[in-house]
Parts: sequence; structure tokens; C-alpha cells
Amino acid sequence: MSSGNREKLDNPVMEWVDSRLPIFSLLQKEYGIFPTPKNFNYFWNFGAIAMVMLSLMIITGIVLAMSYAANTEIAFDSVERIMRDVNHGWLLRYLHSNGASFFFIAVYIHIFRGMYYGSYKQPRELLWMLGVLIFLLMMATAFMGYVLPWGQMSFWGATVITNLFSAIPLVGDSIVTLLWGGFSVDNPTLNRFFALHYLFPFLIVGVVFLHVWALHVTGSNNPLGIEPKGKQDTLPFHPYYTMKDSFGIVVFLIIFAGFVFFAPNYMGHPDNYIPANPLVTPTHIVPEWYFLPFYAILRAITFDIAIPFTGLVLCPAKLGGVLLMFGSIAMLFILPFLDKHPVRSARFRPWYKIALILFVINAFVLGVCGGKPAEGFWVPLAQLCTVYYFAFFVVIIPFLNKKEPVVPLPNSINEAVLNKNTKAAS
Amino acid sequence: MSADQTKKPSSTEGNHGEGETRRDFLYLTAAAFGAVGAGSFAWPLIDQMNPAADTLALSSTEVDLSPIEEGQAITVMWRGKPVFIRHRTAKEIEEAKAVDLGELRDPQTDEERVQEGHEKWLVMVGICTHLGCVPLGQKNADVKGEYDGWFCPCHGSHYDSSGRIRKGPAPTNMAIPDYTFINDTMIKIG
Repeated sequence: MSSGNREKLDNPVMEWVDSRLPIFSLLQKEYGIFPTPKNFNYFWNFGAIAMVMLSLMIITGIVLAMSYAANTEIAFDSVERIMRDVNHGWLLRYLHSNGASFFFIAVYIHIFRGMYYGSYKQPRELLWMLGVLIFLLMMATAFMGYVLPWGQMSFWGATVITNLFSAIPLVGDSIVTLLWGGFSVDNPTLNRFFALHYLFPFLIVGVVFLHVWALHVTGSNNPLGIEPKGKQDTLPFHPYYTMKDSFGIVVFLIIFAGFVFFAPNYMGHPDNYIPANPLVTPTHIVPEWYFLPFYAILRAITFDIAIPFTGLVLCPAKLGGVLLMFGSIAMLFILPFLDKHPVRSARFRPWYKIALILFVINAFVLGVCGGKPAEGFWVPLAQLCTVYYFAFFVVIIPFLNKKEPVVPLPNSINEAVLNKNTKAAS
Repeated sequence: MSADQTKKPSSTEGNHGEGETRRDFLYLTAAAFGAVGAGSFAWPLIDQMNPAADTLALSSTEVDLSPIEEGQAITVMWRGKPVFIRHRTAKEIEEAKAVDLGELRDPQTDEERVQEGHEKWLVMVGICTHLGCVPLGQKNADVKGEYDGWFCPCHGSHYDSSGRIRKGPAPTNMAIPDYTFINDTMIKIG
């Protein structure tokens, strides 16, 4: 972040600052003239959109914390007070609760973009892995945030998810007691979840900084998946992509506002408007929608893995489910090292494209399974989808590494763009 | 830094082998002390999350059993968890004792789950061992499952009149807390 060959600025005040801390030069270099492939489609909006949602969550979260009280006696009432009595409290809370959903929507599309266009491949492996780390931190933050209103789903969701750690052999129960700070989910648990829910977004900001830094070292991937070869392939970030991103952000925020103002509880669960009661379990515990595919994987393991005829259980069903659920994220993390195919973009990988579209459909089906009671045909369906989820990473991708035919790539971004334009004109 | 300062110490300074110097030893001891120091500072930060003294102090509860009629059950709170106390009928005790251990997922006799001389009292943590829900069966009007005990509505586990898992996804019987009879009608849980 040194100034390098800094050009003098005309404004004397800006020049005075810039010669001591080259903040204007940095902005100009990274967000002004920053050469960006000129063939982005709208999938490339979602990084910027995710950044806007993160900022929105932090801002609304900080002001909500001014009225929220993390104590089991009053937490539920303090949230209702925000909804009814605090000036604009209803708006701030609905922005925050729906904001979480829309943050996940943006990030899921962003992840899909990376998978479809091979953005995780060399030299962007670390950039991708930092992104998966952000996703993990987001999940932890969202889970703890959902506990804070101290409704029935908050309490029982926290109970079920913290109980997952009891599946760890030997130390599991001690870890659960450590997480709870007691012998059940109770006041100490709520208190620490609030403290960590406030901390984690700032960790996310830190990792986002590294993520963007790594992006500015390698430069962006693009829909063709070939590197820009010179000036003719790129555009300066400003005004071309500041404008395109702004447009995407506005469209996204319009849809978001539609939910906030007209269907603020559509993605929530009515049980969470009942105060937490440790003596009564809701008949059907479901996490928020963005966790459903992972919840389905967790519940798909209904059988112990044992050594035949000895009755020795190697891996009880509960542990198996927990391992696979965390394994499903680990698969994303190591994706750059599983996929060795030299071509990035699925546009030139007909087989990978089919496998990936099936993967997305599969993830949606898993989500549906996660929202249904774990009985009847939903169980084998979830198991089948879990098999495909993992097979995609450990069987299909390594198979395609060697077998998938290479489709000829365009010579350059510029050539591909011009060809498309002449075709459209004729 | 001058050139001679960056030179490796000569072998006369006590070389024990290829490239090993006294300075390496200093690095190692410094790093080891640093690690111990960091660890001993980290422990209070982690251990503060464990149950505090007042939480531990609340960890026992006394319950008067005299108002519970035969066939009735009550739920009390202990360590923030529901504890089921059922005054079992002769028929329920009979059913619990008659079970063949071979057909149980978590084999335990009824005698192991109650206290001698107090067979009519079943005291257990009312939490399904699957994912922590509270099973139904405490009220007379509740569904009691196929084995005259408890039924968990979350994922369909059936428990018998001794609180043992009989059918459904739960891995083990409902837990028996430590408790003692202070006299015939008073128990202390925890």
C-alpha cells in the first residue's frame, strides 16, 4: 500500500494528505483506473451487493443493540418493545432480519457464479478459500443472531445445534457445557451469543478486506474464464463497473424493500413469536431457510456405521450426520484442489455444466427435505441428494479432470466480444 | 547491521551438530516460554465460559413427592432442564419388568433405572436423547406412544414406562439424574 509512483494532485489539501498517506492514490488505483475485464455479466454484481448487505447488517445491528437486552427475562420483551415503541424500531428490525436472508441470497449467487465460471481456479485459490471462510463466519453469526429474540425457535434451534457438538467422542459433553455456560441453553448462553454476534461481523469485515485484497492482486475472472491479455480486453472500474454495480444494487434493494415492507415475516417462522419455553418443544423444529440444505444433510444419516457381526459401532448416526454437515462446507473449501481441469468457465465445459446445474437443483431439493419432518420418503430422498452432493466433489469433478473434452477457447476477451457484436448486428 | 554481526557464530561457541548453535537453543526456550505464557493467559479466557459458581450452586433441587397420586406425573426444573417424576402404576411397573433385554436398543433392566424399595418412582431427565426435544406423556391426556411411556413428537421416538428407547431415531434411554431419597416422600436431585 505504498504510494509507488504517485502523481501530484491538483487540490492542495488532497495533495497534502496524499503525500503523507496516499489514500486518494490508492482509491484511484484500485477503484478508479483498476483494469477490469470488459465482458462481465450481471452475476458479477453480487460481490458488491454482498458488501452492501454486510454494511447494512452492521449499521442496523448496532442501532438495534441500543435497545436490545441480552437477558432471558427480558430479551423477548425488549424485541417486542423495539417493534412497538422504539422510533422506527419495526423498520430497523425488519431490515436486519430480512437483511440476513438477502445477504445469504447474494452470497449464494456469488458462490454459484464462482463455481460456474471457475473463479476458484489457479491463481485465485486463496481468494476462493477466504470466501468460504466468510461464508462459515456468516453462518455462525446468523445462527447466534437468530437466538437473540429468545422465541421458541431461538431456544430450540440453539438447543438442537449446540447439541450437535455432543456427538464428538469423549469431549463432546464438556464442549457443550462450555458452550452453554451451564447445563442447558440459558441466560449465560444468550449473553455470550450476543457478545459473539456483535463481534463476528467485524471478523467478517476483516476477512472481506483480505478477500478484496487478494482479488486486486489477481484481478477478476470473467464469463469466458480467460485472462485479459492487454488494454483492449479491459475497462477502467470507474465509471463502467461502479455504474453497473450501482444498477444491480438498486434492483436488488428494490426486491429487498418489497419483502421488508410487504412480507416482513415471509421468511421467518411464526413459532418465534412465542417466548422461549424450556418445557415445551415445538412440534417441528426448522432452522432458517438458508441452513436447510445443511440441516437435511445432518439428518440424512439415520444409521450407525458398524463393523459387521461384531456390534461395534464405529460411527454413531448422530456423529455421522455432524461430520457430513461440516464436510459439506469443507468440500467447498478444497474445491480448487479437486478441480484440475485447465478450462475455467462452464461455457466451454459441457459436461461440468450439466453436473453443476444438477448440483444446484440437488441443493434446492436438499433444502426442501430439510424443511420437512424427517419421516416417510423425505429421508431416502435426503440421503440420495446427500450422496450426489458429495459425489459431485469427490467423484464427478476428479473424473472430469481427465475425461472431459476441451472445447476451443476464444483467443481473447476482445475478440469474443466483437464477434458477438457483429453476429448480433448481422 | 555490520557484516560481522550477521556471521554465524563460530564452532568454538559450542556447536553440537550441523548448524546447531546456542542461539537456536535460546530461540527454542524463548518460544516455549512464550507458548506457555500465552496458554496460561488463554485458559482464563476460555474457562470463563464454563458454568459459573452461582450456576453450579443451583445444581440441586428438592422435590416433595407426597402430592403425586398413583398414575400421575410431574415435571420439575433442574439445571434448566425438565425432570420427569412419574408415580407408576403396578401395571406400568409390571410392563417395564417383563421386557426382554435382547429387544432393547440400550439394554438396561428396570431395576437399574429406579432405586431399590422405591420402584414406583421413576425420576429421569425429560429430554429426548435424539436432538433434545421434550417428549409427551406427562399429562394423562397426552399421547404416550406404543409402549405406555413417552412419545417424542419431533422425530417420533417411543419410550416405555421405564423411559427406555423402544422405537424411533433416539440412540439411548432417557437419562437418570443423580438423586437420593431424603425420606419416603422427599428426593434431592443433583
